Amino acid sequence: MNRKDLQTIIYAEKAKEENNKYKYKIHVCCGAGCISSGSEEVLKKLQEEIKQRELENEIEIVPTGCMGPCNQGPLIKFEPNHTIYQKVDCSNIASIVQNQIIDKKPIEEMLLFANFRTKAFINAQEDPFFKKQLKITLKNCGDINPEKLEDYLVHDGYKALDKVLFEMSSEDVIAEIKHSRMRGRGGAGYPTGLKWETVYKYISNQKYVICNGDEGDPGAFMDRSVLEGNPHRVLEGMLIAGYAVGANKGFAYIRGEYPLAIKRFELAIKQARKMGLLGNNILGSNFSFDIEIRIGAGAFVCGEETALIASIEGKRGTPRPRPPFPAESGLWGKPTLINNVETFAGIAPIINNGGEWYSEIGTPKSAGTKVFALAGKINISGLIEVPMGTSLHEIVYDIGGGIQHDHEFKAAQTGGPSGGCIPAQHIDVKMDYESLINLGSIMGSGGLIIMDNYTEMVDVARFFMEFCMDESCGKCVPCRVGTKMMHDLIKKINDGKGTKIDLERLEELAVYVKETSLCGLGASAPNPLLSTLRYFRNEYEEKIQKA
Amino acid sequence: MKNDTTELTATIPKIDPRLKLINAKIKKENYKPDALIEVLHTAQNAYGYLPLTILQHISKELHLPPSRVFSTVSFYHFFSLKSKGEHTCLVCTGTACYVKGAQQILNEIEKHFQLKPGEVTDNNKLGIQVARCIGACGLAPAVVLDNEVQAKVNATEIVSKINAKIGK
Repeated sequence: MNRKDLQTIIYAEKAKEENNKYKYKIHVCCGAGCISSGSEEVLKKLQEEIKQRELENEIEIVPTGCMGPCNQGPLIKFEPNHTIYQKVDCSNIASIVQNQIIDKKPIEEMLLFANFRTKAFINAQEDPFFKKQLKITLKNCGDINPEKLEDYLVHDGYKALDKVLFEMSSEDVIAEIKHSRMRGRGGAGYPTGLKWETVYKYISNQKYVICNGDEGDPGAFMDRSVLEGNPHRVLEGMLIAGYAVGANKGFAYIRGEYPLAIKRFELAIKQARKMGLLGNNILGSNFSFDIEIRIGAGAFVCGEETALIASIEGKRGTPRPRPPFPAESGLWGKPTLINNVETFAGIAPIINNGGEWYSEIGTPKSAGTKVFALAGKINISGLIEVPMGTSLHEIVYDIGGGIQHDHEFKAAQTGGPSGGCIPAQHIDVKMDYESLINLGSIMGSGGLIIMDNYTEMVDVARFFMEFCMDESCGKCVPCRVGTKMMHDLIKKINDGKGTKIDLERLEELAVYVKETSLCGLGASAPNPLLSTLRYFRNEYEEKIQKA
Repeated sequence: MKNDTTELTATIPKIDPRLKLINAKIKKENYKPDALIEVLHTAQNAYGYLPLTILQHISKELHLPPSRVFSTVSFYHFFSLKSKGEHTCLVCTGTACYVKGAQQILNEIEKHFQLKPGEVTDNNKLGIQVARCIGACGLAPAVVLDNEVQAKVNATEIVSKINAKIGK
């Protein structure tokens, strides 16, 4: 298929959409969260109900990706009014359809957030949960059927790829990404354009693009939701990256714990191949590219880029010293570009709207938006996307609807086992890379766990250290032995058997492990400990005094 | 150890359909040693775990030393050298679930069934595992019972659900 054919298909699909005979659309969230709450049965029941009422010609039912508020699932959304119903189950579908469609009187007590807000909004977009968000990466999640390529095409899908292939050179693409000031969303925040440029500059007959979907941080599920909700967007980002750096082969490394994400991404690859969006001479250009999926086998350390490369090569996922960086010598010794799922998902909008547009969103040093996985002791947990620089207070109280059972906010944990916590006195912090580092935490991949005043911080530190101890690959001594020693000391203090000397030793060890570990896992393993010590030292001391 | 050696001397029946799946995968991957993890995934899907005889077979086919195969298998949590049991109960111990009391749920299950994570009952009916985050944080605390995610569980409820599964 060439460029013209694609455009013909898009026009045809758009015309179909415009002449839509359907009066209403019902979106049923089929993200992994809602499926676990039973949305597949809801979808089936809804289809039966519509058929029974002979409304098939008026109502279209669309299974979609994640809509956001996961703990309120299963969710269904009525378009064009944006009315969302929460905790839908098969027994109340008939009454919802009757009230919403036939009588046009929404059932207020079943609307989204009816249990938190004094008055739920009939148009869900007016609720602060949605109003405070800015969706770029997640734009089409929850609106399109992730298993249909046509749906993506109608929503400007592969428009950026088309533009890149026929109107831009590699240098132009890289310049645009650099101009956008986008930073890698995997955690470290390295400028994306700079990374692309480095890979581009190495001369080699073979280069690779890798999409890092090994979302190992406990408490993070952004990548999963993006892959499930809009797999083609990630695919398009990888294609553009391949074109920019001069690679013709890509690998998507996805966690084995995410079967639905794997299934949908596999399907997306198949559809794209069939349409000529993957393979040789894509859309009739000189650019050829293909993608393979690699399924992760459950090792946290594989999120580290050199370990991930080893894993794709079929080996134990142990990191190696850098340099050489993967940009110079990566997969099978060839120049390799590795970016996170969320980074790739953000590429197409930058190409479509320009780097300038993207760079104006967020803060001067952290441009764009960030997806967070909001969870823990918070009323509304789920997936959100906010401009960089949004304050934690807004996220917790406006978007998240406050702490469960009206308890007090104690701390928010960011960055998973490599990050730290933000205590209540810093709740007004602007969420961007630099501000979080100043507080001793990191942005990380986007897991945001909210803790209330019943959470014991020493135990939190023990929990993360146990995680790092288990996940240490064992290659270097500081991490292998250090995390075990630190875990034992924290546990001793937590069990009320610790002494002052234990605490001193712990602090001393933390510095050694941080400074001397081979990779990021070891070097950042002491972070949760140091961060809880910084803000909640009294809890450690209390435990020691009681001993 | 005794069990291991008896298993090693045992031969694989030639017409095992599960073995066919593995061989097809190896062929599809062109006998490349790089494909080890992919082949192991296929094998574990087929058998539910990775029997030693199968590992030997894979090492021979991919021209890899058995030590390389074994070290890779033991490195990744996903691969198991033991049968996981007819029914599996996997407790998520990710951060969100931890904050919402996953440890208490695990303790209760351990106490009730007298099993530790990674163990299987003597009659092979039930196996208990833990996972470091299944990505269902919005539904914390979560437990996966026979591949089905149970959302916002509490200890007594999940124990009775397991009992129902294993027919008690």
